[in-house]
Amino acid sequence: MKTFPIGGVHPSDNKKWSCQKPIEALELPDIVNIPLAQHIGAPATAVVAKGDKVLTGQLIAEATGFMSANIHSPISGTVSAVDMQLNAQGLRQMMITIKREGDEWMPEIDRSAEVVRECTLEPAEIIAKIKAAGIVGMGGATFPTHVKLSVPDGCKAEYLIINGVECEPYLTSDHRTMLERGEELLVGVEILKRALKVEKAVVGVENNKPDVIASLRKKAAEGGFDVVIEPLKVQYPQGGEKQLIAAITGREVPPPPGLPIHVGAVVCNASTTVAVYEAVQKNKPLIERVVTITGKEIKEPRNLLTRMGTPISKLVEKAGGLPEGDVKVVNGGPMMGRAMVCLDSPVTKGCSGVSVYSGSEAHRVEPSACIKCAKCVAACPMSLEPYLISKLAKKQMWERLEEEHITDCIECGCCQFTCPAGIALLDYVRMGKQTVMGIIRARAAANAPKK
Amino acid sequence: MTVLLSTILTLSLLGILSAVILYFVAQKFKVEEDPRIDEVEKMLPGANCGGCGFAGCRGMADALVANDDISALYCPVGGAEAMKGIASYLGKVAPEKEPAVATVRCGGVCAKRPRTNEYNGTKSCAMAAAFYVGETACAYGCLGYGDCVEACAFDAIKVNPETGIAEVDAEKCTACGACVKACPKRIIELRKKWPKNRAVYVSCVSKDKGAVTMKACKAGCIGCGKCAKVCAFDAIKIEVGVAYIDSQKCKLCRKCVNECPTGAIVLKGMDPLPKEPKTPAAKPAAPAEKPATPAAKPADAVAKPAEAAKNESVNEQK
Repeated sequence: MKTFPIGGVHPSDNKKWSCQKPIEALELPDIVNIPLAQHIGAPATAVVAKGDKVLTGQLIAEATGFMSANIHSPISGTVSAVDMQLNAQGLRQMMITIKREGDEWMPEIDRSAEVVRECTLEPAEIIAKIKAAGIVGMGGATFPTHVKLSVPDGCKAEYLIINGVECEPYLTSDHRTMLERGEELLVGVEILKRALKVEKAVVGVENNKPDVIASLRKKAAEGGFDVVIEPLKVQYPQGGEKQLIAAITGREVPPPPGLPIHVGAVVCNASTTVAVYEAVQKNKPLIERVVTITGKEIKEPRNLLTRMGTPISKLVEKAGGLPEGDVKVVNGGPMMGRAMVCLDSPVTKGCSGVSVYSGSEAHRVEPSACIKCAKCVAACPMSLEPYLISKLAKKQMWERLEEEHITDCIECGCCQFTCPAGIALLDYVRMGKQTVMGIIRARAAANAPKK
Repeated sequence: MTVLLSTILTLSLLGILSAVILYFVAQKFKVEEDPRIDEVEKMLPGANCGGCGFAGCRGMADALVANDDISALYCPVGGAEAMKGIASYLGKVAPEKEPAVATVRCGGVCAKRPRTNEYNGTKSCAMAAAFYVGETACAYGCLGYGDCVEACAFDAIKVNPETGIAEVDAEKCTACGACVKACPKRIIELRKKWPKNRAVYVSCVSKDKGAVTMKACKAGCIGCGKCAKVCAFDAIKIEVGVAYIDSQKCKLCRKCVNECPTGAIVLKGMDPLPKEPKTPAAKPAAPAEKPATPAAKPADAVAKPAEAAKNESVNEQK
């Protein structure tokens, strides 16, 4: 069975709490906050103002340039503010606040459950529709999908890889989506194949989801879909774009500025593929997604179909509230997620789950000294040296960090997971990467006008 | 015997030959160094703190000897005295700078700025600031993990465990600026150092709107502008929701201290102005808060005004 060759760890997946729970729709929130920056690239520009009436699915913020994404209203109602609001980290961010009045959808959106398979659009038309719908990678990286599908000159896509790995522990939103919306997923694959003009499409699924593999294979055979369902050996972080390409094609993506397309691969998340189907066949923009709310102490873990902008506290409430005592609520899973300080912050396009930890799990262990055992080096799927990078970040040696390729880091957290001394390696690496990226951007900006 | 003799002779010859070669090589590659650099280095404090902008005192000494105009070079640690000595030794004009002191501009003590969460990550301000708002709802306040303490080479800054805020020991502070650079929230500022460590400054840098600041911290500057109105020296500016007192223009008249509704303006080393009930209806709130303000300040600040008060009272009556 295939897997990626370098590094990786085996955290216990803890998916049993929520993987058997079917997707259910969460009640519509009375008020939503929609951040203008919920994708990689330039924040969108608001096209509504306070007092405007909006319908569900109406464009409320327009992409600023190519590397950006449109944002649509997830509910119908009145815009009550376009202002700074608290995000999950407790920092203020530009958001559009909408107060709900009923649920009236834009007329062109097809809300029927019927699966529409026929697609005769040209590739450029498909990409334009995806761009209009504001679709971004829903696995967490939130990279605008239309950018990914626009193959640069001189490159040719050979493989379309659908990322159904969901290697992050606890989260099951992709799992349930693939299981319950398999046919839509497969139509989405056809559409993406058409947009990219590729022959080969592979859906990578880790073999801890045998039900998904069986059901997708059955649906593909019944429907005559030309797609390979590839079971993968369980290993974290297989869902990383570069790791998945290595696992399926055996090709290694060159370091930045190398892109997956340079080895002929385009990777698209499973939930994103379903969103692509909805955008192209049903004219439905990206206004809702499946969010897993889970945790060992959570009374009723669930997979909730949630409108964007819903306060995360609503999901917590739906799952039976927070457990007693010290609690850590993480936006995402335990490996890559970020702890939240503001539970009223909204669900965004990249929020695939919320995991809750309590008691001793909510606390980190006290770190001890690094003994240079190099377990982190062995675990790093990007062949970096986390012990060194973290130390350089601590000493704020930014130039040296750049030389050590800190920007290659995918922030998977394998180093920190494997560290026997309990050192928060990822914290240092993230801080260092953030600073170095800032320096690189500043340098690019300073060099640009001279040309 | 002959073996021994020849060995000794050969080795001695080799030694002499190497010595001669080394002598000529040393002559050829001799580095001419101004002996004054060593002297100047001795005159510098030798803290190697980097406060002058050089990596260490040697670099500074180098620059002092090399440049004719040393007005841009200044050792904050040695201060005017050291600079005068060096300048007279080198026969140059001593640069002049008034003494400064690092000032922590955050008054969000635990009692005034409630905790909203517990930080479980690496205890470093730079890290916490990179990831989230901090343990309170104020995104601008002191985090209290002591990056400044680590940066200080003079043991002049400490995080008070009771208030959770860094405090500067004005006697030890040399104004090298290491803490200013280390603070990710840009709270610490080098301000003019008055005799007897007197100071008036806005102890808040929150750029949030007044209501937001107020919610997060009761000691925050809400940018109401009352202080700017009362200032006779045009020393106070309100920019992006926060007042800033220019320490060059401020004459320590202390009028603003009584005006501040939140007690964000801190007075150190002096007694507050007596009550001046010009408009009794509007004033009661401000004077009532005034005595409470210094009391709520960091522990040592409470002691200081008391002992300084005796010295001050004479000056003030003149």
